[in-house]
Amino acid sequence: MAFLTIEKLVKTFGAQTTVKGIDLAVERGEFVTLLGPSGCGKTTILRMIAGFETATSGTIRIDGKDVTNLRPNQRHIGMVFQAYALFPNMSVADNIAFGLKVARKPSAEIAARVKEMLELIKLPDLGDRYPYQLSGGQQQRVALARALAVKPQILLLDEPLSALDAKIRISLREEIRAVQRALGITTIFVTHDQEEALSMSDRICVINEGNIEQLGTPFEIYNYPKTRFVASFVGTLNILNGRVLDSTSGRLSIDDQEVITARGIGGASTGDTLALALRPEALSIGHANGGSNNLTGTIDEVHFLGSVVRIRVRFKDNIVSLDTFNRPHSAPPERGQPVTVNFTREDILVLDRPAI
Amino acid sequence: MKESRLFPWLGVIFGATYFLVPLIATFEFSLRMERGRYSFEAYRIVLADPYFQASFGYSAVIAVCTILVGIALSVPTAYVVQLKLPRLRPVVEFITLLPLVIPAIVIVFGYLRMYNSSSWLPLTSSARGTDLLLTFSYVTLALPYMYRSVDTGLRAIDVRTLTEAAQSLGSSWPRILLTVILPNVRVAVLSGAFLTFAIVIGEFTMASLLNRPAFGPYLQRIGANRAYEPAALAIIAFAITWACMGLINLFAAMGRQTQRR
Repeated sequence: MAFLTIEKLVKTFGAQTTVKGIDLAVERGEFVTLLGPSGCGKTTILRMIAGFETATSGTIRIDGKDVTNLRPNQRHIGMVFQAYALFPNMSVADNIAFGLKVARKPSAEIAARVKEMLELIKLPDLGDRYPYQLSGGQQQRVALARALAVKPQILLLDEPLSALDAKIRISLREEIRAVQRALGITTIFVTHDQEEALSMSDRICVINEGNIEQLGTPFEIYNYPKTRFVASFVGTLNILNGRVLDSTSGRLSIDDQEVITARGIGGASTGDTLALALRPEALSIGHANGGSNNLTGTIDEVHFLGSVVRIRVRFKDNIVSLDTFNRPHSAPPERGQPVTVNFTREDILVLDRPAI
Repeated sequence: MKESRLFPWLGVIFGATYFLVPLIATFEFSLRMERGRYSFEAYRIVLADPYFQASFGYSAVIAVCTILVGIALSVPTAYVVQLKLPRLRPVVEFITLLPLVIPAIVIVFGYLRMYNSSSWLPLTSSARGTDLLLTFSYVTLALPYMYRSVDTGLRAIDVRTLTEAAQSLGSSWPRILLTVILPNVRVAVLSGAFLTFAIVIGEFTMASLLNRPAFGPYLQRIGANRAYEPAALAIIAFAITWACMGLINLFAAMGRQTQRR
């Protein structure tokens, strides 16, 4: 049985249903990310797990125990907030010790645990400082230590990196993941940042309009999106309209040029229009990657981005963007230049609805 | 083009004259008790008067009690309104402002009618009961200042997130209020406390009508019977009020400095 089980979880605010019957099972020690755009319901789910919001219906079980109606202070969870939420009147050490004092642990045990946590977050000498004397990244590490000090059953992270600058964000996400792995603590992480989700998670749960769109490993989510929403939300994606020529063999026509997909298009009839997706990194100019699909078009736009050159190619009605590495010894292609875009039959993702 | 500063300065001079001349005149008069020379004799007499000490001590104790009851009432109320009942904020603000528009004499007559010796809760039938009633009266009188100070302080911190952080660490509501919220609105509470102290020390109507030996009625009695001592007392009362205001500013500045860091 999974460590955290969510069954048919619903949350309504007045007439609006924010979470529409979510089912989710998280294994012990797993790092699961709830990924979705603002307002999709991911934070509401996290807040229901924490007990800050009451579920309209459904159940939440932690280690087999139904906690749906327990108060937040009875759930034994640790939570890290976007706004750090360190207690301004307490020193770093007192912040970390807070939960242990609430639990009436002996003072020697509290002191030892605080020291251990400070070492874990690599701030062993800052115990006497106050939150206002720390940088944002340091404050968030203290918040993490405070949440972990009480040895919670589950660690909940509510967009903990959003308020930090880009460099700190990257280093801190590595630190959070390392700490999570070291402690083996079951973790639910909420973010709208796909890069964070892809780089940190064991599994990603993509949420849209209160429903789970797809649950899978980062590899599955990125490479095999099941819905158009997942495909477009996770990573950059080219979406093209393709007409089915032969559903059995996977032959399709894009702007009167024939391509073949290795993905099943069973259920579609000859003449149907499907939405097809191609990742920019799957495409190359010329026949460089030896794919069996070639589409001829003209260069529509060239953006020099430093290490990468983003090229937009127009076929007829469809346009694709692709990235190539900047090669200082060869000039990038020019606008209007005819080119062939090459990709393999496995690179074509068949989405659920035609592109508009 | 630089605007002329003449008129603003004239306004400042007029305002300062309006406020300062009576004060300076009162101070100067308070020093003239001994014929032909300035002295602090009036102050010495006032400060040595056992009635002064007793009434000031009484008012100070009542002020401290008022502050404690005011904090106990305002902090949880403002906290709950901010956290759980934000829609009730206009209603609560209206209620807390009522003592500013209802005269103290009306409030105290209402209390006397409700809590007289033949009522269901005869607070006025004993001295301690009347002290309690006077404390509650002062809590009402100071409510607009105390509540607004606390509310402003609470708005300056992220009450919801701090509460949720404490809850997730297993803390109960009373503990959150005492160890997390109250210390973080300390400056605001102190501002409200000093204002309350200043109000209670000089209040006359309620103490007089409830017949309690407070500083306000003492001031009135001395004013009616002596010449120089009332002026000295007026200056002492001003000094106390200003000291309270100075402390409010000092703590507010300290609070701002801490937030800036």
